[in-house]
This record gives sequence, C-alpha cells and structure tokens, in this order.
Amino acid sequence: MQGRTTWLLLAPAALWFGIMLVLPLCFIVVFSFGDRGPAGGYVPAFTLAQYANLPSRFAVFRNTLTLAPLGTLMALVIAYPLAYFLALQASPRWRTLLLILVIVPFWTSILIRSYAWIFLLGGQGIPALFAWAGIPLPRLVNTPFAVLTGIVYGYLPLMVLPIYVSLDRLDKRLLEASADLGAPPFRSFLQITLPLSLPGVATGCMLVFILLMGEYLIPSVLGGGLVFFIGNALVDLFLQSRNWAFGAAVSVSLVVIMLITVSAYMWLMRRLGGARDDVSLM
Amino acid sequence: MPSSTSSAMNQAPAIAEFRAASKRFGPVLAADEVSLTIRRGEFLTFLGPSGCGKTTALRMLAGFEAPTSGAVYLDGERVNDMPAYRRPVNMVFQHYALFPHLTVAQNIAYGLLQRRPRPDKAEVAAKVARALDMVRLPGFGPRRIWEMSGGQQQRVALARAIVNEPKLLLLDEPLAALDRKLRREMQIELQTLQRQLGITFVLVTHDQEEALSMSDRICIMRGGKIVQTGSPTVLYDEPISRYVADFVGKSNFVDGIFAGHNKVTAHGTTFTGRILCTPAIGSKVTLSIRPEQIELTRDGLEPVQVVNRIFLGEHTEYLVRHDNMGELLVRVSRQAEAAEGPFDPGSEAFVRWAPDAALILDQD
Repeated sequence: MQGRTTWLLLAPAALWFGIMLVLPLCFIVVFSFGDRGPAGGYVPAFTLAQYANLPSRFAVFRNTLTLAPLGTLMALVIAYPLAYFLALQASPRWRTLLLILVIVPFWTSILIRSYAWIFLLGGQGIPALFAWAGIPLPRLVNTPFAVLTGIVYGYLPLMVLPIYVSLDRLDKRLLEASADLGAPPFRSFLQITLPLSLPGVATGCMLVFILLMGEYLIPSVLGGGLVFFIGNALVDLFLQSRNWAFGAAVSVSLVVIMLITVSAYMWLMRRLGGARDDVSLM
Repeated sequence: MPSSTSSAMNQAPAIAEFRAASKRFGPVLAADEVSLTIRRGEFLTFLGPSGCGKTTALRMLAGFEAPTSGAVYLDGERVNDMPAYRRPVNMVFQHYALFPHLTVAQNIAYGLLQRRPRPDKAEVAAKVARALDMVRLPGFGPRRIWEMSGGQQQRVALARAIVNEPKLLLLDEPLAALDRKLRREMQIELQTLQRQLGITFVLVTHDQEEALSMSDRICIMRGGKIVQTGSPTVLYDEPISRYVADFVGKSNFVDGIFAGHNKVTAHGTTFTGRILCTPAIGSKVTLSIRPEQIELTRDGLEPVQVVNRIFLGEHTEYLVRHDNMGELLVRVSRQAEAAEGPFDPGSEAFVRWAPDAALILDQD
C-alpha cells in the first residue's frame, strides 16, 4: 500500500521530467555525435567532429565562464549588505517597504528592464551625466561591462532573498550571547552571523550562477552582438545556422560544466555545514 | 521602600550596585528607581511575575540595556555606557543561546578566545576540559550542540559562562525549559557550583520554589519596583505585604481594618497578630496565616467545616470553611494526622494558631 501511494505521488512529476527533460537530453546527446545535413538539421552518424570543433566557439565559453562567476560575485557583494540591513537593521516598516522594492522589478519583463539599461548606459544616459560633470566615459553599451551590469541588476533579487531569509532566521540572542562572551560587534559578525548565513549565501550564489550560465536575453540586448553567451550561440546554431549536431555538442558541454560546478557546490556545502540538514539548494 | 535585612552577607563588599536605576521602553517603565547592592559571593535572586522588571534589571547588569536614569555600578565602576562585550560578567540565557555551528568545546572556549592577547591554545583546552568536568559532561567536547539533550545543553550554557570566571554570573530563568525532576537536580547543582566557585550569582526567576531553595537573598519585584529584599527565611516569615506573602509560599489572607496596637477587625471579629507594617489606625490591612501554622483539631474554640482533603504524601492539605474568615487552607503533617485521625469532608473540626502566627501586612 505504502509503495503504491509513493508511486502514485511521484508519477506526475516523473512523467513530466521523463518526457520534458530526460528524453530531450537523450536526443541532444545522440545528436551531438551526429553530423550536419547538407541543408542543415541532423544526419545520423557517430563522430567526435562536433566536439573537436568546440574551440571555434571559444569566445562564448570564455564570456560565459568569466561573466557568470563575476556577475554572481558582484551580485553577492551588493546583495549581502542589503540583506543584512533588511534583516538586522531596518525597522519593520522599512523592511516591508524595501522587500517589496526588491521584488517589484519582477513585475515587469526582464526584456523591458534590459532595454531600459540601453538608454541608461547609452549616449543620452549616464555617460551624458558624466560628460556634463567633465568626466568623459568610454562607450558603455555593447560592452562586457553593459552585460555585467544587466545581469547583476537582473539577478540581484534572487541573491538578496535567500540571504535575507537566512539572516532573518538567525536567532538574535546568539549575537547577545556573543557580545556577553566578550566579542565586539564586528567580531560577532565574523564568528556568528556570517557562518550562520552561509547556507543562504550558497543558495543565492548557486541560484544566480546556474541561471547566468544559461543566460541569453541580457547579452543579446546589452551586448549588441559583441558579447555572446553560450545561450546566444545555441540560438544561433539551432535557429540560424541550423547546425544541430554542433549545437547539441555545445549544449552537452554546458550541461557537463553545470554538473561539475553543482557537484562541487554540494560537496562544499557538506564540508561547510557538517551533518546539518538545513543546507540545500533551496 | 525595600527593607534590607541583616545577614552575614551584608558584611561582604559590594560587587554590583543599582542606584535609582530606571529603564523606560516607550510608555513602559520596566525598571522604576531600582536601588540594590549585590554583595560579593552571594546568590541573589530577582523574583516576580513576568513583566515585573526582573529581566530588565538583569539585562542592565549584562549591558544589554542602559538605564534611562540612575546608574549601574560593577565592582565600583559606573558602567552605564560600557558595552556588554567589555563587562566582566557572563550570562546563562533562558534558551541557552548556544552557537549551533560550533561544537560543545568551541562554544565553551568562545569567551576565552575573545580575550586579547589571545590566550595559549593548551591553556584554553585545559580550561574547557575543567569546565566540562565541573558541569559533569566530561568528554562531550567534540559533540555537536544539536546532539545534546535539553539538560545537557543547559550544562553547556553554564560551562560556557563559568569558564570565563566572571565577576557576576547572570542566570535568566535558566531552568524554565527543564522538566520538574531535572530542575530540582540542577537547583542543587547550581547551588553547589556557586559555593565551589565563589562567584556571585544573580538569578532571575518567577518560580518561588527555585528562589527559596537556592538564594542567599531574594529581591521581590513588582511593576518595575523592588518590593522587599531579604533572605528566604525573612521573606517567608516576615513579608511586608500581602503581595510578598502571596508570592513566597502559600498563605491564607483575611482582609480587615487596622484597629491599633496588634488588632485587626474583619467580618465583625477582632483578630490579634504580629505587626509587620506601619499602618494608620482605620487603614486596610491583611491578616496572613501560613497553612502549616494552623492546627486542625477535634475540639477547640474556632469551629470550621471540612470541605476537602488532599493527600500529598509528606503532608495533607485540608480546605476548611470558617464562618468569619471564609475558606482556609490548612497543612497537616503526617504525625499530626496520625494522632488526630483523618478528618472527613463535611465533618466539623476546629482550628487554632499561635497569636504570633497571624501576620498583619499591607494589603497591597
């Protein structure tokens, strides 16, 4: 009885994941060993040619693998103090207001918000302001800087919220205990607050990093065709060049890179958190 | 005004002092001109119901609250503005507040490791081991906090505080979360520990039994004010008001009017008693008689009707109805009951008490 209930409960999700995730993934893996047809598409074959061709797309891998971690790091640096302020310093009224402000951007499409940055970073935007103050800025739009700004802006809430939750859950009496035992405020932060908020930090970082690795929209809007991510390359290979086999190989590489980083994260978390069970992805 | 009673402790020098210390939280006056001297080496307890200001008083000693007016002194130094982390006091928190990401040993070593210059590693380890021995948890150092039971966590919290050899050990309802049997054990252990270490203990509790069994002196609080300070015996035998007598032990109260000298009129009868307050003639007072001071007999002068008999093992409690005084609680020892035989509910009996046993108190 117990066994059948378990299966019934799991069946919808298992079916969904089976058809929508595992099956396509199998296709991708098979395609990645195939060949491009004369008019694009896919021709069955078994060749490693597509993988051998990966270096031709070195730029997108480099962009993704530098800007995704960098963006994650910058989001963390900006989000932590904000989350700290929200959870530990702000009065309840301010806290609610600011939390809403953190979430509000989600009400508008990321596409529109990214376009807004074109105007902010464009000739009539921030550079004009600086020029007026007598400080000439180099071109900002269509640069890695613009893409970085866009992704940090776009994913900041996803970093703020898990850190906020972990800091909010922190038992404030622990800070009193720390002070009582002789630790000044900053040392209490380093010894108590920071370690106990690490699960939130790790969750935020992983959430942002995973999504950034697959990012497509922000680079295409703010990169101006100059700063491509792996996601942009995939769109190009599958929809424009119709080189499905090579596209599949790039996809598989992305999946492998993600598997390695997520496994590293899990391993690190187990090391950090000991046997505690409240450390997880979400 | 608080009345300090003389005891051997009064000769010891002061380790801490409240001088008309008040603490206001918005409209609430949590501590109202508290003045009290805490003697070196004593076990002092703040006793009162929740919201009486006892925790605020403790937190002013710890440095978590600064007095709004008045002053707090530690070892002769005015510490109103001294942050908690500079004060040579340590606290055992109500819910222990142990650091969940550290081991038992790391929790205990925490205070020692905050000292500058940093103490020697071997010395810290030795002190931690000794503290663990002292709270009877030898070898528990490498354990994780969540692997420990409530009683064990309580001991770790105690060890984490005493390892620093504070000038004052503050205990905020430390036993509230333990079950009755464990609480009794810990009371004895705390008292023993206090004698061994010679550290001044300041305890906050709402549990009168806890206060009576452990303290050298008890400070009864109400509405932010100290009502009476004294040894457990003094508070029990010579409370200044009905509030104190009610809070420390059980008692029977009869409200009446002070008729001068040692007389109280209540319900048309005149009672005599020992006078422990300074009432004006005609003012409202309360007569208080402890249940164990009343004798229940087969014949006498004050007839009562037995309402209920509750057998409690070491003694028996009777609820009896007196025509003038209403219901009275009478505690009869086993020997007395064996001699007189048990009284059946509904039967007639008589009560009597020594004239000294009835106390004339402030009605407040």
